Amino acid sequence: MNYLYAAYIATWVIHIAYLTSLGIRYSRVRKELEQLAKK
Amino acid sequence: MTQAIAPPMTEAPPTRITRATLAKDLRLEWRSKDAINSMLFFALLVVVIFSFSFDPTAEESRRIAGGLVWVAFLFAAVVALNQTWARELRNQVLDAYRVSPAPANSLFLAKVLGNFIFVAVLEALMTPLFIVFYNLRAIGPAYQLLVVAGLGTWALVVNGTFFAAISLRTRSREIMLPLLLFPISIPALLAMVEATTSILTGEFSAKFWIVLLVAYDVVFTMASLFLFELVLHAE
Amino acid sequence: MKRAFPILAILTAGLLSYALYQALVVAPTDRLQGDVYRIIYYHVPSAWTMFTFFAINFVASIVYLIRRNLKADAVAVAAAEVGVVFNTVVLVTGPLWARPVWGIWWTWDIRLTSTLVLWLIYVSYLLLRRFSAGAQMPLLAAALAVFGALDMPLVYFSIWFFRTQHPQPVVGGGGSIDPKMLQVWMLNWLAFECFGLLVFWSRYRLEVVRREVEETQALESLLEVGNSR
Repeated sequence: MNYLYAAYIATWVIHIAYLTSLGIRYSRVRKELEQLAKK
Repeated sequence: MTQAIAPPMTEAPPTRITRATLAKDLRLEWRSKDAINSMLFFALLVVVIFSFSFDPTAEESRRIAGGLVWVAFLFAAVVALNQTWARELRNQVLDAYRVSPAPANSLFLAKVLGNFIFVAVLEALMTPLFIVFYNLRAIGPAYQLLVVAGLGTWALVVNGTFFAAISLRTRSREIMLPLLLFPISIPALLAMVEATTSILTGEFSAKFWIVLLVAYDVVFTMASLFLFELVLHAE
Repeated sequence: MKRAFPILAILTAGLLSYALYQALVVAPTDRLQGDVYRIIYYHVPSAWTMFTFFAINFVASIVYLIRRNLKADAVAVAAAEVGVVFNTVVLVTGPLWARPVWGIWWTWDIRLTSTLVLWLIYVSYLLLRRFSAGAQMPLLAAALAVFGALDMPLVYFSIWFFRTQHPQPVVGGGGSIDPKMLQVWMLNWLAFECFGLLVFWSRYRLEVVRREVEETQALESLLEVGNSR
């Protein structure tokens, strides 16, 4: 059933979107850490 | 140079502080009339626009009027609530309250009562207009509408005053208040609308909704009184 | 915990895959609903996981109100975010299930509506955190979390009286459920809880590091000002 696959795919799209946002925030913090370490 | 004005605090019992603050607020509002006038006109506009948008038959109107009226009241309440602490902010009165020995609850209660009176006045002015535009007539017990109006308004105003204080320290202060208020108010709004519709159509008893409103009011009045001290002293 | 993380991540991925396989292939087809019912193997476990994290947020908020422990506040925000993610999943999979089975995308029944209200409350919580400045934001957020928790029973009562259209619950007393289905259900729940906990842990660590960086940056700028005098 199309709805079934749509539901499962939507679930993982949502989770991946959040994990991606976490990853972006992580890299931003890491960059700031490096800048601090340089000083 | 504006002076921070606060009621005399030493050894004053909490109720006197509440009454004094309330009286001060009402007096200032009455003198300046700026907030009242703009809000009155806003309320009138809301009623007229709603009436243009939804033009039902007399039969239909009884079913939907409950929702329309309370949405209109909600908008009016938000406009009133947004200026709750504006005067205090302008004149650094809040700092005076923070250092005074007066219990924060007295201030909070005064603000809630002031807002309640404010919004009640707005509702009293909007209601006849709604009755006229929608040819409303209550089939059920009409006196219950007053009970619902009172409880419902208190529900909006007690949480609204609390969230207005929280919003003071946020960017986009004016939008933050409804953002916080609306989700939390959903059960109360449902109760208000359903109770009003029940009474207007006379189809169901509004008793359950009224009890729910009482429970809501009790829970959130206590929660607000309990936590307001913390919020006031924040920063 | 940091060293165990990759192993746990792989294990959880394996668990999720196995649970997915069970849900799609192994679980028997429902007599009435056909294969579409399998959505509940994602929908319901996500809901239970959501409740777990909102409960964590509530407890962490109370701890913060009493102790002003900033670690508790970090727990609170991490739990709230993860909870909102799972909440979104529930709200998206719900209508996708309702439409083929009951013919409607949405209905104001108790479970769907209360989940929506929960989502609204917690999104407003996250917005408050984002728009608040200053050291007192955790306090304000914790107060809002308490208000939200107090609100939920009232939400339930109000909607319960308003309408009910959801099917009767099949777990725990009343109504029979195929034990095989129950197994797959629980398995998916376990898998999503593990997944959720790993994501929560990541978010928590991010928050802790972020705060340390902010503090250090603030200290730096103070020292710079001092030096330039």
